[in-house]
Amino acid sequence: MSEPVFEIKNISYTYKDKLEHTPALKNINLKIDKGDFVALVGPNGSGKTTLIKLILGALKPQQGEIYINGRNYQKYDAGQEIGYVSQKSNSFAKGFPASVSEVIMSGLTRQKGLFKKFKKKDRERLDEVLRLLDIEHLKDKNISSLSGGQTQRVFIARALINDPSILVLDEPTVGIDNKHVKEFYEVLLKLKERSVTILLVTHDIGVVVDHANEVACLNEHLHFHGTNHEFKNLGEAELSKIYGFPLQLVSHDHDRECCG
Amino acid sequence: MIQALMDYEFIRYSFISGIIAGFIAPLIGTFIVIRRLSLIADALSHVTLGGIAFGVYLSSVFAVTINPLITGIIFSILGALGIERLRNVYKHYQELAIPIIMSLGIAVGIVFLSLANGFNQDLFGYLFGSISAVSFNDLILISVIGIIVVAFIFLLYKELFMVSFDEEYANVMKINKWIYIAFIIVVALVISASMRIVGILLVSALMTLPVASAMRITSSFRQLMTVSVIFGEISVITGLILSFYLNISPGGTIVLISILILLGTILFNQLGVNRNGRRAQEV
Repeated sequence: MSEPVFEIKNISYTYKDKLEHTPALKNINLKIDKGDFVALVGPNGSGKTTLIKLILGALKPQQGEIYINGRNYQKYDAGQEIGYVSQKSNSFAKGFPASVSEVIMSGLTRQKGLFKKFKKKDRERLDEVLRLLDIEHLKDKNISSLSGGQTQRVFIARALINDPSILVLDEPTVGIDNKHVKEFYEVLLKLKERSVTILLVTHDIGVVVDHANEVACLNEHLHFHGTNHEFKNLGEAELSKIYGFPLQLVSHDHDRECCG
Repeated sequence: MIQALMDYEFIRYSFISGIIAGFIAPLIGTFIVIRRLSLIADALSHVTLGGIAFGVYLSSVFAVTINPLITGIIFSILGALGIERLRNVYKHYQELAIPIIMSLGIAVGIVFLSLANGFNQDLFGYLFGSISAVSFNDLILISVIGIIVVAFIFLLYKELFMVSFDEEYANVMKINKWIYIAFIIVVALVISASMRIVGILLVSALMTLPVASAMRITSSFRQLMTVSVIFGEISVITGLILSFYLNISPGGTIVLISILILLGTILFNQLGVNRNGRRAQEV
């Protein structure tokens, strides 16, 4: 059996202050294989953001480990192993006087190291990711002149220019209209076809179950991890138990919606 | 003017200092404006005033000549570190750091000015800039600062771009935190180097106005830096020439020319002459 690209082993995290201890995550185990597209879903306050912070190294787990390609993530310098697209990325682009190629190339900053300049090889890699995301024609455009969907592609390109082991997307469709959301999922499916490993964190379970091939459902514990078909077959009672309030999946043509 | 440049050392010193300030102030100003820290330059310039007043006071008390530019630089760096520290203390109200440090700088300045028996002509030059105030030692100091600033930006350009564009992503990429400290110290150095020519009260204008003008007509970050420096140099050189012929303060003249350039670019932009489909209201 092949080793997973990404593995979370028995992670727990509790927010502690003087007055109280609030557990956010308890004994989370999650394995992601190469080329998987995993949607991490859960209600507000379920620990999704905490898990992202742990994955990105912004928080240190009080218990458990994270492995990337079999190596303990906390014990080595793995800044470039994770490509990250934040829900806030779009807001940074507004009014910023930078070209698309400058923004994407900035994704190489860590990999290049201090005092090193970009070289021909880096510009070739830039052209590769521009082609991969069909945004070659935007290369010299100003980032603030792009539409929401185009901007998202630029940020995915910035995350991929490092050739990371896993692409982590944190609620990337927040504030984007339906047309661009559809385009966005088309891009992710294309990346999946190219064996890019994806972890998409979202609250929008109705849409993602049709696109991701695996779904992980978090609410302090990891209540469910299986294929999207298995997730669709979960009963109303099980879903409501995970979410903590009455819930069912409703199908609308191609899309499904989550109703509380 | 050329004859004066040949004949008078002080005019030569002023011109060279002005050209250095016109280069480094908009260069670092690009990052200041983009990081939405424009008011930091104002706060640090007021702290520099405190340092200069302290230098003047020390000179009067100990009867030795202490270059106020040196004490100004030291205070400015301390103020820079104070701002960075306060931004961490007030994480959700980071802008509070600026009025706190600014008022501290003015207060310290006023106290030491009182102790040093008030205002003199030299301090007037520091406040509003002077074409005759740059000594050879000042020129050496300003040149060294110029080299440090250019080397800093050249060597750490990609890191500075990253932290300016998306601080959250820079943290994810584990960009060294010391870059933030180094950046604000460099800002303090630029203020100290530029204030001899434009004056403490207007030094922030030389860091921000050329950038504000260039933002209207550029579409990449490198273009923004280049055009900002060009506008900065045009303002300084024209301002110094006018100041020489009209016998007026160079600081005010330089800033007024920067404002004229800004109005020109706004007009240019609003007439619909833009690049790469960039619309005027987007900046």
